Amino acid sequence: MAGNPSRAIDRRGLLALGAALGTAGAAVAGRDGMLAGPSRTFTNALPWDDGLTDAPEVTGGGGWRYLTEGEVGFLTAAADRLIPPDATGPGASEAGVVTFLDRQLAGDYGNGAHFYLEGPWQKGTDTQGYQSRFTPAQFYRHAIAAIETAVGQGENGKGFKDLPAERQDALIKQMESGDLKLDGPITSKAFFTMFLQNVREGYFSDPIYGGNKGAAAWAMIGFPGAHYDYSEWVTAYNQPVPVKPVGLRGRRDWQRS
Amino acid sequence: MAKVMPKVDVVLVGFGWTGAIFAQQLCDAGLGVLALERAGARTTPDNWATTFDQDELRYMWRHHLFQNVKYSTLTFRNNVNQTALPMRKLGSFLPGTGVGGAGIHWNGQIWRWLESDFKLRSHNEARYGKQATEGLTIQDMPVDYHEIEPFYDMFDKICGTSGQAGANPFEAPRSAPYPTGPLPMTYGPKLFEQAAKGMGLHPFPHPAGNLSEAYTNPLGMQMGKCTFCGFCEKFGCGNYSKASPQTALIPYILTKPNFELRTEAEVLKVERTPDGKHATGVTYVDGSGMEYFQPAEIVVLTAYQLHNVHLMLVSGIGQPYDPATGEGHVGKNYCYQTMSSVDLFFEDKLLNPFIGAGALASVIDDYNGDNFDHSGLGFIGGAYIAGMITGARPIEMTRVPDGVPKWGLEWKRAAAKYFLRNMSISVHGSSYAQAGNYLSLDPTYKDQFGRPMLRMTFDFPGNDLKMAQYCTDRAAAIAKNMGASKVHPKARKGPYDLTQYQTTHNVGGTMMGASPSGSVVNKYGQSWDVANLFVTGAGLYPQNPGYNPTGTLAALAYYATDAIKSRYLKEAGAPLVAA
Repeated sequence: MAGNPSRAIDRRGLLALGAALGTAGAAVAGRDGMLAGPSRTFTNALPWDDGLTDAPEVTGGGGWRYLTEGEVGFLTAAADRLIPPDATGPGASEAGVVTFLDRQLAGDYGNGAHFYLEGPWQKGTDTQGYQSRFTPAQFYRHAIAAIETAVGQGENGKGFKDLPAERQDALIKQMESGDLKLDGPITSKAFFTMFLQNVREGYFSDPIYGGNKGAAAWAMIGFPGAHYDYSEWVTAYNQPVPVKPVGLRGRRDWQRS
Repeated sequence: MAKVMPKVDVVLVGFGWTGAIFAQQLCDAGLGVLALERAGARTTPDNWATTFDQDELRYMWRHHLFQNVKYSTLTFRNNVNQTALPMRKLGSFLPGTGVGGAGIHWNGQIWRWLESDFKLRSHNEARYGKQATEGLTIQDMPVDYHEIEPFYDMFDKICGTSGQAGANPFEAPRSAPYPTGPLPMTYGPKLFEQAAKGMGLHPFPHPAGNLSEAYTNPLGMQMGKCTFCGFCEKFGCGNYSKASPQTALIPYILTKPNFELRTEAEVLKVERTPDGKHATGVTYVDGSGMEYFQPAEIVVLTAYQLHNVHLMLVSGIGQPYDPATGEGHVGKNYCYQTMSSVDLFFEDKLLNPFIGAGALASVIDDYNGDNFDHSGLGFIGGAYIAGMITGARPIEMTRVPDGVPKWGLEWKRAAAKYFLRNMSISVHGSSYAQAGNYLSLDPTYKDQFGRPMLRMTFDFPGNDLKMAQYCTDRAAAIAKNMGASKVHPKARKGPYDLTQYQTTHNVGGTMMGASPSGSVVNKYGQSWDVANLFVTGAGLYPQNPGYNPTGTLAALAYYATDAIKSRYLKEAGAPLVAA
């Protein structure tokens, strides 16, 4: 757990780190856990930390932070079957979903920051939910390896990404139903459930997280994004709301050159 | 050895809605109050400013403001024949953590119970006979509507509740109108209202803690008019438009010199004198692992219902409930909410569902509680039915019609076609107690402090599933009159599934009652066993009516503080109700 020292120390630490927006978010990330540090006492003052706005970290940069090239190949092919490109809107990989998955798996989510993973472990009922000892990052790694092994056995050693689209669809259907049998503790159905959720997250979350590039997925469905005030359209029944999607960092045509 | 802290008059365990209510009331009465909160300080500008609040991934799916199960979870099973396993990931319910608790990310749905909800067992047995309650362990409340009506009103005034008095013919008598006018209806709720009215039902605007106009509450706290941004339910409000501890109470409380808030302070146990009859204070730890003993004259459990029950059990206060013998009451009558829905898809109507607020709905109460004749139906209880649009966060709410696959081009095209043309009617059903549903300590799993985890054993009673089917059928009939091309009723089915989000309405386990032979606390939340220990929250409910719990648990908190101020302080340490 990250420390949460006194306010004076927080400020010094912040100055040393350059006080960038993303850095400020990281400085208080310990609050995601409970008991992030020594107790703090507030009396006669609002518990407000000057300069420590808990803004989200923005995903950036190139390359892969967690995924291997092989995993990128699998996830790109599989995500593009879940959300294929067509005239309606971008496909998953085109929208940046694989970058999103990589950054998520490399970060708090992948590390299981909000999962309880202590033992003893045992198989539960469907209604008891996730009972794996793996973090999501470990879960993906094991699941993809097991799926590629199962696929290779049936397809003369070919990888998932090298199969024709119809064959890929058939395999995804087998994962959805759990009929694709995998070696090891992870079922194909459990992987499918997590993967579909994460792909949708990447496709539809704010562009700061690496997916939904150019807010194109929002434009496709008609979601205006992080819009502040709809008051004037509340009772404009059955009328289109004429606003373009906007993310937390604004949008390109708002920025000054 | 725990470090001993200076003694205070009152220590509050947790600082959400009921903690803030107790702090404000008891500080104004001159008591020295210390609130211990397990997580951090949270404020509107620091933690959910309008510049970054509308972030579905971070707040909803990455649980940024929710309880982190890595550090605090429970075990779950559907029935006593199963082995309970840890809730390793949040799903069905989303408790809060930190200053403000779940009061930060609630919808702002503010309800009062029906008069008959307070007399649930006796009312139903009088009307339908003893067999109507067979198999249920429901109980009457030891307090009636009229005793707590002034405190419902007080909470409305603190929140600035938006609504229309008299619009719900089933609502119990109110002493005052809503402090602010009703929210305007968006298109979906308007279609619901028109259809319901046309069927002779009685639609009205949902009472909302999302404010229809600027408002200053009796403590001088100012709130702004809602902008309908659609990030309310499961999010904080950056616009000071949603009533929360942060907007309605905390800035006032923190001006009081006799109040202290201590964050990163997690209470492990209520400590007692050797005879067990008097609480001496609480033991807590901070994030560095340092342990403290905090002495207090009065201890109040103001944490979330699940934690209050857990603290009672790990502190050994009261007799734990045993479903095999029916003995004991701590953990008994754990109930939830029986949530169903009807999904609607339109071809020619643009609903713009991204325009929303946490409690923006047209709602009918015709099928709630005992507002309709249950003769021959085979169940008791009911649901409000709401044409409700809280927003359209696309990861959660990109619905497609039944029969469309969950992925692939067909899914994508349906998602694009219907995102602006769908809504879901909410069927918010009651949850009644049965002997096998309870909370206890887990025999295997320990929390990070070495205490046994709380264990939840729960499944939907047959009574409630019948209720869900009946009320969902009624909702579907309304939906069919709204002009939708596709209507998909989703009546709740068993078994209860911990992975599917339903609602954060966990109730019971520290139920109040008229005597120690049938309850954990008296009608003021005062422990029958330890007279200077009070319990707040929805744990006090012996069952859950078909309403969101916050309005009633807030009223009960005011009712308790009123009794503490006017009576308890005159004879501290004495029971307010003779056992």
